[in-house]
Amino acid sequence: MIDWGAIFGNAAVELISPTTAAYALAALGLAIHFGFTGLLNFGQAGFMLLGAYGYAIPALKLGWPWWACLLSALLASVVFALILGIPTLRLRADYLAIVTIAAAEVLRLVFTTNEFQPVTGSANGLSEFQAGLLEFNPFPPGRYGFGPWVFDNRVWFFLVLAWVVVALAALLTWLLMRSPWGRVIKGIREDEDAVRSLGKNVYSYKMQSLILGGLFGTLAGIIFVMPRAVVPSYFQPTLTFMVYAILLLGGAATILGPIVGSMVFWVLLSFFSGFISRAVEAGWFPFMTQVQAGQLRFILVGIAIMLIVIFMPQGLLGNRKELAFVK
Amino acid sequence: MAEDGSTASESEEYEYHFRGNVQYNGEPLEGVGISLEGNGFEAETETDADGRWEIGVPEKGTYEVTLDEDTLPEGVVVAEGGATREAEFGLTKNASVNFFLGEGTRVTVSFFDQFAQRLFNGINFGLLLALAAIGLSLIFGTTGLSNFAHAELITFGALMVLTFGSNLGWPLWAAIGIALLLSAALGWGLDAAIWKPLRRKGVGVIQLMIVSIGLSLALRYTYQFFYGGSTSQLPGATLPSDIRIGPIALSWVDLLSMGVSIVVLLAVAFFLLRTRIGKATRAVSDNASLASASGIDVDGVIRIVWVLGALLAGLSGILWAYFRPGVSWDMGFQILLLVFAAVTLGGLGTAFGALVGSLIVGVFVELSTLWLPSDMKYVGALVILILVLLFRPQGILGRRERIG
Amino acid sequence: MSSDATPRSKPVKTTGLHVGDAAPGVKKHDPILIADGVKRTFGGLTAVDVEHVEIPRGAITALIGPNGAGKTTFFNLLTGFDKPDTGTWSFDGRALAHVPAYRVARMGLIRTFQLTKSLALLSVMDNMKLGAKDQVGENLFRSLIPSLWRKQDAAIEEKALEILARFKLDAKKDDYAASLSGGQRKLLEMARALMSDPTLVMLDEPMAGVNPALTQSLLDHILNLKAQGMTVLFVEHDMHMVRHIADWVIVMAEGKVVAEGDPHTVMEDPAVIDAYLGAHHDTDLGSTDTGHVEALKELLDDEQ
Repeated sequence: MIDWGAIFGNAAVELISPTTAAYALAALGLAIHFGFTGLLNFGQAGFMLLGAYGYAIPALKLGWPWWACLLSALLASVVFALILGIPTLRLRADYLAIVTIAAAEVLRLVFTTNEFQPVTGSANGLSEFQAGLLEFNPFPPGRYGFGPWVFDNRVWFFLVLAWVVVALAALLTWLLMRSPWGRVIKGIREDEDAVRSLGKNVYSYKMQSLILGGLFGTLAGIIFVMPRAVVPSYFQPTLTFMVYAILLLGGAATILGPIVGSMVFWVLLSFFSGFISRAVEAGWFPFMTQVQAGQLRFILVGIAIMLIVIFMPQGLLGNRKELAFVK
Repeated sequence: MAEDGSTASESEEYEYHFRGNVQYNGEPLEGVGISLEGNGFEAETETDADGRWEIGVPEKGTYEVTLDEDTLPEGVVVAEGGATREAEFGLTKNASVNFFLGEGTRVTVSFFDQFAQRLFNGINFGLLLALAAIGLSLIFGTTGLSNFAHAELITFGALMVLTFGSNLGWPLWAAIGIALLLSAALGWGLDAAIWKPLRRKGVGVIQLMIVSIGLSLALRYTYQFFYGGSTSQLPGATLPSDIRIGPIALSWVDLLSMGVSIVVLLAVAFFLLRTRIGKATRAVSDNASLASASGIDVDGVIRIVWVLGALLAGLSGILWAYFRPGVSWDMGFQILLLVFAAVTLGGLGTAFGALVGSLIVGVFVELSTLWLPSDMKYVGALVILILVLLFRPQGILGRRERIG
Repeated sequence: MSSDATPRSKPVKTTGLHVGDAAPGVKKHDPILIADGVKRTFGGLTAVDVEHVEIPRGAITALIGPNGAGKTTFFNLLTGFDKPDTGTWSFDGRALAHVPAYRVARMGLIRTFQLTKSLALLSVMDNMKLGAKDQVGENLFRSLIPSLWRKQDAAIEEKALEILARFKLDAKKDDYAASLSGGQRKLLEMARALMSDPTLVMLDEPMAGVNPALTQSLLDHILNLKAQGMTVLFVEHDMHMVRHIADWVIVMAEGKVVAEGDPHTVMEDPAVIDAYLGAHHDTDLGSTDTGHVEALKELLDDEQ
């Protein structure tokens, strides 16, 4: 028989899991890029990778304290944004898409190759880099919580930290987008030549947006790997596509959209995977194996991306009024 | 191969055995590490003085057997099929697993000879990339769509040959024929079911691009759903490279592949330059509204471009399956970025630029293995893409006015 | 100085702008913009090849010519939106070659576009506010502290409301710009340009696609710019409008300046008549696109 309690419980856990927070933050970064500025960054996985490794490598190999690791990750991300932005931000939007996805793949391959195994751990990645941060864990040891949300003190620590960062990032974005800076950014999304003709340095604003959204991606990368190990195969282009799915689901030019989108996405995905997997176990779908059940979720994500873009382009929280004017 | 007790002791405990013999150029290799994993069981052993190894397993089933390439002598690698392979039992209690060793980065081969061999491989690779890239470029030129699902059109061709040629046992020529036919039909179907309605709806190009990403994801995992995550070989894919032209060693499949690419590319060039439909296609690429105003059936042209693009991508996938060699669910996605790089290098939307870009990418990828470790060979091509955009954003053959 | 107060019958023409006889490249008493040897080619095609031209200060100058004469390309070059192969030009005595478009705009040379570039998903008010110069809150870090920019923003809003009222768009201030009609968008674009108090306003076909009911009001607004001390340079096809409001006319054909003069005399210039009648009107669909239509031409040749 199917254990519905476990399915709902697991889905409820996803509502607040650090992974959900990480995807929400990465999507918020993309909201700045794509939703507000109109930049097609398809290399968010690259920014996340730099966060993960930029934090883990100095922590493990150099023994740096957590704040220095954080700074090194953020610095790596700024440098990456500059390298991407300088050649492409003057070009048409689709060039940025191709270059960012290519650059993110270059990073993944460089971190996967055996050549740098001593530093990167190659395909096996790095683990146990969290010690420096865990020294500051205020939660007493043990497992506790309520309802389906019972975690050990380590998970509670990462979870609270993750959502605090997401909340701060959302607040920052909100402040920015209601300011004159945000007005220029949104103007660039609509027509960058018009904004240029009004005396704004469009190139500089796009770069600022690329760096800022990239930094969100970097922080998301750190949050994502905190409860696990850093493995390069996490950071495939599919990761970026999933983050796009979340962004579009929530609403591209909104601040709460990415957060709500991530929650809805992960809860539904967990519910769906849990149900299919247990249904296969119970023999409801004799034509399907457990492995196939696992692949079904990606098929579903793909179809969901298509349907959202076609039938619900404004997302869950987007402004319906805009819809009448979207090209 | 008698059970002479020279193999690892744990093999005595079990009823089922995997065995193999590791040799290189007829010489047995001793001390090569072999490990096995699967069904919750793990074991490892080394080859004995005769190059033999044997591992016993508790139950019948599928296991992954890995040859530790670090324990091979300098310059010797597993040549075909990779150092890890899946193995299972037939009707008997014993199954043999053999690894084909070859010269990998043999220092004994002169630099020039290696260079020539890689250059040849690069041109071959570039030509098959060009087949996919021209389709992608034509679709971009006529519809403005950066089609991420092109990767799945590539995979589709190879999967269909696998289905009809290997699984259903049709003769290879018939399997390839039906695969190409189905590829073209897929292109027709995708345009009819998805892209044409979306064009009618006036969906913007960026939205279209995201739709193609969703489609790519859905198709790719659908392939994995039905075909699994493993790599299979097409008939004739593991032929030895026994034809030698100077320093270049190649198989007749390589020659055939190259010949097919060249003939098809010439045919496409003829189509674009000399036929009415081809000229109409270029006209739509240049300026769709002008073409439409001149009485060209733009939707009809786009439909033809989709059919042609999917057909070329399917063919490219079949050739790619022989080049790698192997068919897998994500094989198209593995080279998608290279195809994009080729199209961008040549100049977005110009068919002949795509050809030039593909050759550059193909040759560059292969040549870069002279200096870069082979797991980084795509890095060079992608870095070149970024550098070219820095200095010549319109691409090699693109027009300057095309940048926004 | 509202548009209602402007006499509709006969605008006051500014005369005596040039030195010596009116001829292509003639010197002006007080030029605001001087261009020298500005040349731009696309592939093998010369789009613009202007030897020397001066735009008089404080007047309304029209730039006319048949399709494909290079007027819009010349506009793009002057404002930094395109880069010429060779040439120098200066605005108010400051060299403009190699100056990026946004800096050109900051110097007080504001342009509009042939295809209106209103920012569709921004409100009319946000469109206006974007036009204002030197905003503290447009800096990434200062934007985070509203107290630094609130006051300035309020002042900008007040000014925007005033200009919107003049353009009769104040009732629409909270609507998306996308919801405006084509003519209203032209008005908005012009109003937005005024937010930065420009010295030279360059209008690219301000009348194109405008509902006839709005034409008069647009004309009045252009005349008003002059009355407020601004210099206006505009591209236009409508000869009636040119004759009605322009103080000076510059005629371009095949990339070159072929004639200059006051509106009435220039229309009788044989070079102008020649330029208009001699021009082939079949290249109407794209001005710089000529290099891109080879395949189409081949196709048409096939059919003949």
